[in-house]
Amino acid sequence: MDFLTLIQILDSTIRLATPLLLACLAGLYSERAGVFDIGLEGKMLAAAFLSAAVAYVTGSVWLGLLAGIGASMLLALVHGLASITFRGNQLISGVAINFLAAGLTVLVAQSWFQQGGRTPSLMGGARFEPITLPFADALSGVPFLGPIYGDLVSGHSVLVYMAFALVPITWWILFRTRFGLRLRAVGENPAAVDTAGVSVTRLRYAAVLICGVLCGVAGAYLATGLQAGFVKDMTAGRGFIALAALIFAKWRPWNALWACLLFGLLQAVALRYQNLDLGGIVIPVQVMDVLPYILTVIFLAGFVGKAIPPRAGGEPYVKER
Amino acid sequence: MDKMPRWADVFLIPLISLLLAAGLSALVILAIGENPWAAVKMMVSGALGSTYGWGYTLYYTTNFIFTGLAVAVAYHARLFNIGGEGQAMLGGLGVALACLYLPLPHWLLALPVAAIGAALFGAAWALIPAYLQAKRGSHIVITTIMFNFIAAGLLNYLLVNLLRPVGSMDPATDKFPEGTHLPTLHDLLAPIGIEFSKAAPANVTFVVALLACLAVWLLLWRTRLGYEIRAFGHSEPAAVYAGINPVKITMIAMLISGGLAGLMAVNNVMGEAERLVLNAVEGAGFIGIAVALMGRNHPFGVLIAALLFGFLYQGGAELALWTSIPRELIVVIQALVILFTGALDHMVRMPLERIFLSLRKGA
Repeated sequence: MDFLTLIQILDSTIRLATPLLLACLAGLYSERAGVFDIGLEGKMLAAAFLSAAVAYVTGSVWLGLLAGIGASMLLALVHGLASITFRGNQLISGVAINFLAAGLTVLVAQSWFQQGGRTPSLMGGARFEPITLPFADALSGVPFLGPIYGDLVSGHSVLVYMAFALVPITWWILFRTRFGLRLRAVGENPAAVDTAGVSVTRLRYAAVLICGVLCGVAGAYLATGLQAGFVKDMTAGRGFIALAALIFAKWRPWNALWACLLFGLLQAVALRYQNLDLGGIVIPVQVMDVLPYILTVIFLAGFVGKAIPPRAGGEPYVKER
Repeated sequence: MDKMPRWADVFLIPLISLLLAAGLSALVILAIGENPWAAVKMMVSGALGSTYGWGYTLYYTTNFIFTGLAVAVAYHARLFNIGGEGQAMLGGLGVALACLYLPLPHWLLALPVAAIGAALFGAAWALIPAYLQAKRGSHIVITTIMFNFIAAGLLNYLLVNLLRPVGSMDPATDKFPEGTHLPTLHDLLAPIGIEFSKAAPANVTFVVALLACLAVWLLLWRTRLGYEIRAFGHSEPAAVYAGINPVKITMIAMLISGGLAGLMAVNNVMGEAERLVLNAVEGAGFIGIAVALMGRNHPFGVLIAALLFGFLYQGGAELALWTSIPRELIVVIQALVILFTGALDHMVRMPLERIFLSLRKGA
């Protein structure tokens, strides 16, 4: 493998890791606050569709992004209603949201565009264009560093940079602000937070809505950045890979970055090589496809390190017993 | 004392949830510019108006009975088995291997052998998540989700690289030999003089599914093991105090659940396709969740709910054929049913409880 191929694979790793990272951080807020969310996939899918649809109709990708965030937040609100207000089963609610999005997106897409459940292809201002960072062209002649800066670091859409910037921001919010402390506390011991006079319900709703916003960005990036338009089931399990990455990252922002990059790399390699030949041993593409899931199962089993979820995760909070 | 009578809990709440889901679905149909009433009429005539429609409805029902029972059995042990999809895929592998590589001259022999293969493979796919839940405390929901994806990858690999006949481009196994073909309802009903559509895929597996309902009912309410499973589901500490082994119950409940999900393959792989194709399960594993929730995890309820979803599935296919409403409408209805009967149960329940309480005070 030569240097240029490596750069290309890493470049595609960054692109593919971005939606995973956004969804993973989304799940991080929700689950740290004690609300399990297996509906990341559905929220991303709904956002992908509505962002592409609005971007196509208005020609503005930013309006599309806003619409995508709105769609995702609406589903997040349903999840909040079911799991916080009505104290229902958070896992079942997540399953329902995934199906709701899978069905509604195709139904509405078919009704609006009549193209078999997809949106028309997006062009021009309806897509997030790559940004060329300063000096990328000037440095392109420099060996080694030139391609790394010009092809790997530069030339992504604004959402990619945003996703990566969100990692330190999330870390700062969770571990250096009062809101973050309370958010984490409400996922570990909601009764203590309640006793301190802070509303558990409001904190959890805040977390679930932040999750909605980030899933919305993730979905919008899929349909308007990574690809040019919405197609049926375009999330293709990314919400679940993000969930896997979240467990793999032990619910920590910096670990989430590494986990998503690793899973992004697996996707990039699987995309480029149908069967990877490692000196005589051929690794079929399906192995790369399922490796994130296998790693997560092994990790969850505690054979390598131990993944301990937030203690109050999945439990609706009942004020009086 | 209970807040409301049992019949309200068993019938009224699912019924109200269903009406809410149906009402919202009608709004969705209106919003995309179609007539909900015409849609309902078309679904009823398409799914129940002919023996052909019934044949498809009962075929889907058979699938959903198995996956619904799978979710229900696990649920009684308070385990949420979301991996029915993967377990049914592996069940298909078990069926395919039995049909392709074992000498099975007649369906009377082929049916039990393939059923055992399906149940074994399905149960095996539930084994690792069950073990990890029982012994290592990994959350069963997450591991079974992961195992669905791993199953899809495994089947993809096996079909593309190993099981595909030489020279075929299609990622599917060879046709199963003649002796393993299951009789359809047409074949079964013709000798007793009942005319049933030849083209419909409903087959003898439907009878097996009905027997499975009975067997699960017997298991849960008439055996010591069933009692232990339900006791464990109600309260783990109490069950442990009573000498019930939590590891054993978790494992057994999940193995039965996986086996039931696997059994679905007898219907779709052996009874309908007569070969193993990619994505043979088509989401039936997930519909099992809606079916079990709707049927209140009781085998009889599962049967009724499976019939309802069988009707929706066949009716939805007819709608997609004759109108501009795509098949995904069924996915939306399914999602709404899961939402209202599962996650928003309290929303339906709380006002009802209040009504019943005030009625009681008045009396």
